[in-house]
Amino acid sequence: MAIAIMNLSYLAASVLFILGLKGLAKPRTAVRSNRLGALGMLIAVVGTLIGNQIIGPQWIILGIVIGGALGALMAQQVQMTDMPQMVALLNGFGGLASLLVAGAELSHEWQKPDGMLQTALNTGNVPIWVQFMIATAATALIGGVTFTGSVVAFGKLQGIISDPPRLPGQQIINLVLLLAVLGLTGVMLANPAAIWAYWAIVAIASVLGVLLVLGIGGADMPVVIALLNSYSGLAAAATGFVLNNVALIVTGALVGASGVILTMIMCKAMNRSLTNVLFGVWVAKDAGRSADDVYGGKIKSSSPDELALLLDGAQRVVIVPGFGMAVAQAQHAVRELMQLLEARGTQVEFAIHPVAGRMPGHMNVLLAEADIPYEQVKEMDEINPTFEQTDVAIVIGANDVVNSEARTNPNSPIAGMPILDVHLARSVVVVKRSLSPGFAGIPNPLFAADNTLMLFADAKKGMLDLVAAIKEN
Amino acid sequence: MENLFIFLTIFVLAIFVGVEIITKVPPTLHTPLMSGSNAISGITLVGALVAAGTASDLVTIVLGVLSIIFATINVVGGFLVTNRMLGMFRRKD
Repeated sequence: MAIAIMNLSYLAASVLFILGLKGLAKPRTAVRSNRLGALGMLIAVVGTLIGNQIIGPQWIILGIVIGGALGALMAQQVQMTDMPQMVALLNGFGGLASLLVAGAELSHEWQKPDGMLQTALNTGNVPIWVQFMIATAATALIGGVTFTGSVVAFGKLQGIISDPPRLPGQQIINLVLLLAVLGLTGVMLANPAAIWAYWAIVAIASVLGVLLVLGIGGADMPVVIALLNSYSGLAAAATGFVLNNVALIVTGALVGASGVILTMIMCKAMNRSLTNVLFGVWVAKDAGRSADDVYGGKIKSSSPDELALLLDGAQRVVIVPGFGMAVAQAQHAVRELMQLLEARGTQVEFAIHPVAGRMPGHMNVLLAEADIPYEQVKEMDEINPTFEQTDVAIVIGANDVVNSEARTNPNSPIAGMPILDVHLARSVVVVKRSLSPGFAGIPNPLFAADNTLMLFADAKKGMLDLVAAIKEN
Repeated sequence: MENLFIFLTIFVLAIFVGVEIITKVPPTLHTPLMSGSNAISGITLVGALVAAGTASDLVTIVLGVLSIIFATINVVGGFLVTNRMLGMFRRKD
């Protein structure tokens, strides 16, 4: 009976998780659907406690109190600009929790003379312990890579770890490590008592996770976070195969699918393959023109007062935020500018490139935080046809995603990458601290275009100065 | 052995369900989608509860408690931060 209740609770949890993700299709239903997911988790936890003979409730309470307090603290304290770091850490903790559970199960099974594993061995039920050992080894591999890879991603996003050059022959090192993992899995299969082999796989996977993420550049972080998100789901699914637990298998599959889809979207938005992001190096970096060639004598530096005059007669303004806006925490100043322009009858919309910021959807969250209604925030495909009818496009701390070289120069490192067509607007204002290149390392002809005015400033200061100038005007 | 195939079937079908529903999530909500999926992947917690709650040897208990801690951070942190973010998305009044 208790087992039946537990299994039913897993069914209920799986259904609620699916409904929870389904509700994210619309911002209006999203808050409620997130609560459905939380309810599903509660049901699964209660069902598990009913279905098992708990002899150490104090350990459960200890873990939940510590973890719950830390989780609540993180969720409450984190700045919206730091959301990529938070998600990176949560990905990593997911991988770590999975490999710890599989490790605990492995040592626990050996303590039970009548347990599933011992029985399978004694009765010669080979498939049972082959499944157990392979699933356990897979959890060690995926969980280990997810954990350390996420920690490195966190360090990079936080600016603690810089981008070192890729080691020569790193792919060979990765391959050797993977072969070692396969060998150790063989050891686990041949000698099920070799618990040390499990932890050896964890150790190797941890090294592999560091190596895989360390060489990936800061601007590729959206892809890496999405991929690690998928891995954390797959680690949970692998643990499900260790424990024969349907709830873990279903949830792990859902999260794994979600991460893979986001990874694909990010790769497409950069016109790069996943292999290229993970192992590739930038090529043809010097194929384009030099910065002096592109910019020489053509840059028009502007002032807030001049821009206020320009915006005075504008009917339609499109704002293009980039990573620079997030770094400078300029989203609230941007909202002020929006309200000021709207009060004068100007139509204001926002254009978001899929890889703007450091994780999928990051810009949307920042604009939402600043109370900018989401209907005014448009995706690339939706807003691109409207730039020709736009009086002023204001680019705030973005660079490569508005570089027309992607369209015009087939030799450019960003050739073929979809961009926001801001250059089609009547006037373009670029708020940027300097002419320094973006991640692609190439000059941007937009900055030197006839219809472009540069406002050299930190995104927040530039916005506040502009707001002040408009108020005075 | 039959069990393994039932589990594999469930796993593969769940991936298809995942692909169907996730492709309908608009890019606006991709960040909450990621933190929300972090929260539900904290389902590992149910495995952690069994490990910590039913073991009598020290190694398993220590591993179990650690896994409860990290899984609970994911569950509680994930759901709360997703709730916080989703609450910010507003329509134009």
